[in-house]
Amino acid sequence: MSSRFRVSCIAIGVAALALTACDREERHNRAKPLGETVPAGESPDTIYPGSGVPPPLDARAAMYDNNAPAIAQGQWLYTQMNCVGCHSHGGGGMGPPLMDDEWRYGGRIDQIAATIAEGRPNGMPAWRGKLTQDQIWQLAAYVRSLSGQPSKDAVSSRPDEMSGPEPETLTAREPQKQSDAAEQ
Amino acid sequence: MRHGRRQLGLISAVIVPASIPVSAQSTLAQPHAISAASAAPQDNGNWEMPGKNYASTRFSAMRQITPANVRKLGLAFTFSTATTHGYEAPPLVVGGTMYLITPFPNYLYALDLTKRGAPTKWVFKPKPVAASQGVACCDVVNRGAVYDKGRIFFNTLDGQTFAVDAGSGKMIWRTRLGNIQKGETITMAPLVAAGKVLVGNAGGEMGVRGWIAALDEGSGKIAWKAFNTGPDRDVLIGPRFKPPYPSDRGRDLGVKTWPPEAWKIGGATVWGWISYDPKLGLIYYGTSNPGPWNPDQRPGDNKWSTGVFARDVNTGQAVWYYQSSPHDLFDHDDINEIILADIPWGNSRRPVMLRPARNGYFYVQDRRTGQVLSATPYGYINSSRGVDLRSGRLIPVAEKEPKQGRVTRNICPAAPGAKDWNPAAFSPATGLVYIPHLNLCMDEGALEANYIAGTPYVGADVKMYAGPGGNRGVFTAWDPVRRRKVFEIKEDLPLWSPALATAGGVVFYGTMDGWFKAIDATNGRLLWRFKTGSGIIGQPISYRGPDGRQYIAVVAGVGGWAGAIVSGKLDPRDPTAALGFVNAVKDLPKKTTAGGMLYVFALPR
Repeated sequence: MSSRFRVSCIAIGVAALALTACDREERHNRAKPLGETVPAGESPDTIYPGSGVPPPLDARAAMYDNNAPAIAQGQWLYTQMNCVGCHSHGGGGMGPPLMDDEWRYGGRIDQIAATIAEGRPNGMPAWRGKLTQDQIWQLAAYVRSLSGQPSKDAVSSRPDEMSGPEPETLTAREPQKQSDAAEQ
Repeated sequence: MRHGRRQLGLISAVIVPASIPVSAQSTLAQPHAISAASAAPQDNGNWEMPGKNYASTRFSAMRQITPANVRKLGLAFTFSTATTHGYEAPPLVVGGTMYLITPFPNYLYALDLTKRGAPTKWVFKPKPVAASQGVACCDVVNRGAVYDKGRIFFNTLDGQTFAVDAGSGKMIWRTRLGNIQKGETITMAPLVAAGKVLVGNAGGEMGVRGWIAALDEGSGKIAWKAFNTGPDRDVLIGPRFKPPYPSDRGRDLGVKTWPPEAWKIGGATVWGWISYDPKLGLIYYGTSNPGPWNPDQRPGDNKWSTGVFARDVNTGQAVWYYQSSPHDLFDHDDINEIILADIPWGNSRRPVMLRPARNGYFYVQDRRTGQVLSATPYGYINSSRGVDLRSGRLIPVAEKEPKQGRVTRNICPAAPGAKDWNPAAFSPATGLVYIPHLNLCMDEGALEANYIAGTPYVGADVKMYAGPGGNRGVFTAWDPVRRRKVFEIKEDLPLWSPALATAGGVVFYGTMDGWFKAIDATNGRLLWRFKTGSGIIGQPISYRGPDGRQYIAVVAGVGGWAGAIVSGKLDPRDPTAALGFVNAVKDLPKKTTAGGMLYVFALPR
């Protein structure tokens, strides 16, 4: 066996090894972003006595919704405060999923902020006094990004986790019910 | 007839034929394992505790239902539990009454078996705190109640133990043991032994400190309480403690084998099964994973997590301990059932325990001393190389160790192990252990976990998937004496239901898509099956009804860690959901729906 032949054999072997070693999930970080407009849901999920109209959106919503630094900060808090332990990366576990179109207590950013601050009776802890109002709203902004609600230029194209779902730039926007979407 | 035969041919499960066992060289009448006599008294036709007896055999001595007639098995009656979460508990039967304990909100039902259709006698509602659902790691399950001396004992998710009068359904006492504000729940079935109700906490994913407590059966007052981490005085380690291996000897190892203070939030809970040997006066139970899952945050052996304790039932004093997974890397809790058996040893019998453990090894240990007689793989393992029988230690594979900041791939078995909590059954008639278990591997990315009391303390992103062969479940019949499998049945979905063995030669188990199956105890041949309304993760039982006939009962109600995708409506697009189990069972919502229904079967009159 000539030494050149042996070298090329080794090269082929190394290349083959290198190829088989690339056994990772496919990531599409540069893929085309998804469209952002979806029709709103048909019927509201909450009764608003008298008018049928939900109360106006909290004015702070404008500061946090679609705000890239706020969403990024919320993403960091989501891991640091152990939200991820119950809700995983949006798919849920001990707690309900946050990436789907079901909102037990409303999917408006002010409703999510209220859920985080006050807790909910089936096990959601109350974070008032543990997190600042600013942090709670940052978290709420990030939670909305798990179901693809913010504009795609405001969300992270790289997930923090090592083996979670697609990055939020590729998360399809879940349809919102009228009451969730009111005034937004 | 033709149609029926064709149906059986289409079944997805594949039976791998057995090699014929070689007859053992023993002068004993029965050359195979038998139940520990002192812990498995003669069958009275009832089912009074989840394990059937203190030896945890899950074996019914009734023999009316046989391989020859089981195909005629038909529905006798049903009952809706009014719950849709994972139903892991067995029904209990005492005389003419059946008792059911549901997942949260932990209703206790009494059904009158003496009347047609088994009407409800009473229902007891303990009203556990709703917030406890938020700190239950893996669905809001309950693993069973226990009957003793006219009372039913059970635990509630929010950390209480109840004693209820079995006749009237009136509460006799209750004792609060767990604190949900620290992440403690109770999901295990208590065991009543020597006048004590034995209870342990859950919450190994929440940074709790594990313990087992003995309550006085009459009053509910705490007789003793032993922690599974911390200084010897808390662990009830004293002069009687004689562990079989050197690495478990020394003062305060429950402190020294952890980073400073980490033992206070180190897990080692008791959410599985307890067995009891009345002759030796010892209880046996396993401890859960250490917390957090990320092993880099807790260098050391992390005593006394992921191991088995033998304790004096009267004082709680530790007698021996063996650690199956020192410095657990993979969430391999050691809480699985402990079957007490006597195996041929020379010309006599040796008192042993049989343990199909989560780390993939089938342990045979002397139950007097804890010495490991054998530890043989019963599933696919690539994360360890075996158990060193001289030191007793598991031999790890370095490249499978999860490290903070990277993803470790293809770890087998995955976090729920080669087998999780759902117990095997042991038949003293065949000498075989019937093991419903898993074939799952995982990728794990470890990251630093923050401890915040009352929230998860895990530090890992996990993604599970089917192991070699592609089947996610396996049903293995294991010969503990010859240390080999006799047959195995490959199941598509993970097996999360316990098994039931009967003297008639029929073994029962359920699948997560709702098939309740009867197989031949000698060769695994499928004899009969029935499709229930929801996936089965509950313990089947066999009992003698007031009419003298043999009945088989099981509750269908998918859920638990494996079925949380259905019971919790989790989103399959996130592979890490439910601590990574969702990725392995993305198809489950298409195959079953949530429910809670008792099914009771009998042969036609």
